[in-house]
Amino acid sequence: MAHSAAAADAAPIATTGLPESRDARALHRRVFIGIAVMLVVLPFVLYPVFLMKVLCFALFALAFNLLLGYGGLLSFGHAAYFGMASYLCAYAAKTWGVTPEIAVVIGTVTAALLGLVFGALAIRRQGIYFSMITLALAQMVFFFSLQAKFTGGEDGIQAVPRGHLFGVISLADDRVLYVLVAVIFFAGLALIYRIIHSPFGQVLKAIRDNEPRAISLGYRANQYKLAVFVLSATLAGLAGSTKAIVFQLASLTDVHWSMSGEVVLMTLVGGMGTVFGPILGAFVIIAMENYLAQFGAWVTIIQGVVFVVCVLLFREGIVGLFARLLKKPL
Amino acid sequence: MITILGVPMQALFGQLLLGLINGSFYAILSLGLAIIFGLLNIINFTHGAQYMMGAFVAWMLLNYAGLGYWWALILAPIIVGLFGVILERLLIARLYKLDHLYGLLLTFGLALIIQGLFRNEYGVSGLPYAIPSELSGGQRLPFMFLPNYRGWVVVASLVVCIATWLVIEKTKLGAYLRAATENPTLVQAFGVNVPLLLTLTYGFGVALAAFAGVLAAPVYSVNPNMGADIIIVVFAVVVIGGMGSILGSIVTGFTLGLIEGLTKVFYPEASSTVIFVIMVLVLLVKPAGLFGRTA
Repeated sequence: MAHSAAAADAAPIATTGLPESRDARALHRRVFIGIAVMLVVLPFVLYPVFLMKVLCFALFALAFNLLLGYGGLLSFGHAAYFGMASYLCAYAAKTWGVTPEIAVVIGTVTAALLGLVFGALAIRRQGIYFSMITLALAQMVFFFSLQAKFTGGEDGIQAVPRGHLFGVISLADDRVLYVLVAVIFFAGLALIYRIIHSPFGQVLKAIRDNEPRAISLGYRANQYKLAVFVLSATLAGLAGSTKAIVFQLASLTDVHWSMSGEVVLMTLVGGMGTVFGPILGAFVIIAMENYLAQFGAWVTIIQGVVFVVCVLLFREGIVGLFARLLKKPL
Repeated sequence: MITILGVPMQALFGQLLLGLINGSFYAILSLGLAIIFGLLNIINFTHGAQYMMGAFVAWMLLNYAGLGYWWALILAPIIVGLFGVILERLLIARLYKLDHLYGLLLTFGLALIIQGLFRNEYGVSGLPYAIPSELSGGQRLPFMFLPNYRGWVVVASLVVCIATWLVIEKTKLGAYLRAATENPTLVQAFGVNVPLLLTLTYGFGVALAAFAGVLAAPVYSVNPNMGADIIIVVFAVVVIGGMGSILGSIVTGFTLGLIEGLTKVFYPEASSTVIFVIMVLVLLVKPAGLFGRTA
């Protein structure tokens, strides 16, 4: 398989390959300020619950893109971490009656542990096999959730209490909860940006672009891959836990393979391997689903069409396109 | 009634037979995936949808054209295979120079479209497809009752799998195929039309999936979701067996079907996850897969 070996050597995704100049840093600072301003202004324009949904999924997509865009690893089973975190968070808040921040931590830690186990298994194979393994492991989690007692089977865990943050601040009001979700999202984004631009992130990119060379330079590629896998799963879990508190619901939808596909789609539309792309991708896809909800099954078909069109004609994604036009990585 | 380990023999062999049938589908589907991946370097996520299309085309032939099972068994793979050829020419062929993750994403999107369209048109409750009259009834064996149709599915699948293996290993066309899998540029330099070979290979892999779909139609009802459920299991089968060997895919498929059937008898709760658990064990012990070559 000479040609497959050649394909494996090439960088898996169309990165812009643009240098990280001081100029780019300044631009990123402005984008961060812009996002912060949007987080403050948008709830006065758009429905807060819709915005919270977008923020949860944006964080999920950011976490996924950390693995795909910077680790070069396409996980097709990220719903497992999102969904299991959502279940555990909902269960802790409802059955154990813990405060929401503890519930979110429980959910996130669950996702981290699951990511550690699944990541260690999946990185034993490369390329296409990695994707198939993550998908199969996630399907195992789906069947587990379907049969386990605590998940409530087909009903899921409903009427999860939003509770009082730190036991003091009631989250029943959507506007109060929005502030919490916005803070979690922004902290998650800042953390991911930090990871990508740290020495660790640079090594990750080296492994993504040429694994044998990175190994020959003395980097333990598998440890880096596992670390980024766990980080990605943890942040996906943070998103899933937050989602459970916002919608007061954890259900089989969250662990289904179609959820794994959706987060891939968000990242693809926004721009794989761009820092900010997944946020825009999540916004576009969630807005599209809300708008098209009345058409029922057509949503799946349209998602499929978006997949096909993006892969064939628009592989750089929305933010990737901007980055190319501005000649700066975004 | 005779029992084995507390399980009635009839139930045990009944489940084993059902396991063998599922195993036949796993074998045919993973065989198609392996052939396509070997040459096109693309994991065909649409494979499950094409299996489902095989069953639906059989149902349509019967209900709209009055053509029965035996016609469907020949026509459905040809029709769905031609559909695959069109997909390959129009869409998939544009991705050969790119990383294979794009092939996965494209075929995943196609699967969403196809399954969504069938769900819109036919709902999700499933449509019945009768067993052909020639194969109704069954044989009373000393240890079990063997429905004729189920026996036929296993035999037909084995024949198709072995025929495919013979074509690839023993004919000139198969030699071209194996050569092109190793080094397409060199084979093209010898004057073989490699793009045509790619198209035909994709069409053939898809036709295999549709053939399995027709076989499945009378056993399970014809349902738009039937492919989505099976394709993920088949991926696990492919990870377990590795895609390096044709015979390996066939053996792995049948064996895992049997193990799944056995699990249904002795520990039904685990029957939907047993193949994934085996995948985990294989990854721990032999990461390259049972028949895989280390890349």
